Amino acid sequence: MEKVSYSVGGRQIIRDFDLTLEKGVNRTILGVSGVGKTTILKLLLGLLKPDSGAIYLNGRPIAGMRESELSVLRRNIAIVFQWGALFDSMTVGENVGYRLFEEGKLSVAEIKRIVLEKLSFVGLENTIDLYPSELSGGMKKRVAIARAVAADPEYIFFDEPTTGLDPIGIYNIRHLMQMLQNEGKTTLMVTHDLHTAFAVSQKFSFLHDTRLILDGTADDLRNCDDNAIREFFSPTRESLFITDHFVEPIIGLAIPPKE
Amino acid sequence: MKDTFPERRLKIFFLNVQQFFALAARSVVRIFSPPFYYREFAVQFEKIGVDSIFISCLTGLFTGMVMALQALIQLKPFAATSYVGGMVCVTMVKELGPVLASLMVSGRVGSAITAELGTMVVTEQVDAMRVEGTDVIKRLVAPRLKATVIAMPLLVIFTDTVALLGGYIIAAGYDINPLMYYKSLPQFMVFQDLIEGVVKPAVFGFIIAMIGCYVGLSTHGGAEGVGTSAKRAVVLSSVLILVTDFFMTKIFIVFR
Repeated sequence: MEKVSYSVGGRQIIRDFDLTLEKGVNRTILGVSGVGKTTILKLLLGLLKPDSGAIYLNGRPIAGMRESELSVLRRNIAIVFQWGALFDSMTVGENVGYRLFEEGKLSVAEIKRIVLEKLSFVGLENTIDLYPSELSGGMKKRVAIARAVAADPEYIFFDEPTTGLDPIGIYNIRHLMQMLQNEGKTTLMVTHDLHTAFAVSQKFSFLHDTRLILDGTADDLRNCDDNAIREFFSPTRESLFITDHFVEPIIGLAIPPKE
Repeated sequence: MKDTFPERRLKIFFLNVQQFFALAARSVVRIFSPPFYYREFAVQFEKIGVDSIFISCLTGLFTGMVMALQALIQLKPFAATSYVGGMVCVTMVKELGPVLASLMVSGRVGSAITAELGTMVVTEQVDAMRVEGTDVIKRLVAPRLKATVIAMPLLVIFTDTVALLGGYIIAAGYDINPLMYYKSLPQFMVFQDLIEGVVKPAVFGFIIAMIGCYVGLSTHGGAEGVGTSAKRAVVLSSVLILVTDFFMTKIFIVFR
């Protein structure tokens, strides 16, 4: 992404945003809620059109591309949406094998084998005939991960993958992301979950007030003196909308220590 | 220079009209190009067509009965009650059958299409489909359009038939025998009226499906947005059905 700006209804979401996703370098985009992190993922996938700036997929500018051309470029990318975005009218198995069924290159038996393999990867092989409405939030996210990896993409985007999950669910998702990285997948995540971010990413982009204010490593984040970043990790009394009574235990939510 | 309020509204209106026709054109093209999503078509045909038979028949039955009742009251002083079948038939086949059945289906199916697609938009399922390489128009719009355009004329044939039966139920109370009723049916009609009776519902089906899909895919704003869209789709398609009916009738009269 080069100098990308995007606005909605006159409200500027991001301005002059730069981002390069290198193969093998897992990245997390950080920032407070509503700052435009998910928008960046959607812009990268060509789901939204920027007001200005250029976006390249595999080195090709996507501006003006038709949906059919974009589909070819998206073949190497998958996304796990914040709430899974599983197709309600399909079973878990049909969801996971969706792209393979759509492509129509493999036999039904082969697709079923891949679906089972991916479901067992996320520990949900027994849910193949269930519908999304019969799954818990954590299970939906794991099925969404299985769907994302079914067509063996090189890049996987995660939109708040641990939001709304219990600690075990968070651990499971974090562990799955690490397993995917070990298999050679490159991940791009947007999240508020600092522990997961530091566990799975080598590079970080920090978005604040429509702009990218830091692009660097975990150490760069730790050593950064920027007020917005310090506030994000250790909120001060001024940035918390709560009474003084509750402030003390919360202030100083420390940045995860270097392992 | 900033747009004034009416300018902005007009721009939004024409933008919507342009986008609607662009979606309609793309959808029509995609109906004829593979993959055809037969299963999706079958599911939609069942939801839109088969599941609407009961409500259409009910509409037809009571409309036919009330038509016959009103006609008999008017015809009785002229000793022309034997024409009641013809009057019910021509009114139902040309106007009331297509319009009433379409309005019922618009309320039942148009809102369902909008709510379903709107929910898919706000829960990012449509985005997920696009990322998975699916042509959303081909997968979501074309099967619904095809199913509605095929189902509507069939539903109207059911509606008209039941309306004629309903008309006879009332006519029988006025000592009109079945043969007399049956023989009066074609008296006020020409063959073109039958064509009008199936072309109109096909066009209305197109309106119902396209408005439902367009409004559904333009949904934003979560659950409230879905509700607003469903309401908008029903109002828009109902008004468009009535307006289109007038112009189609004018066209059919010109070619009569």
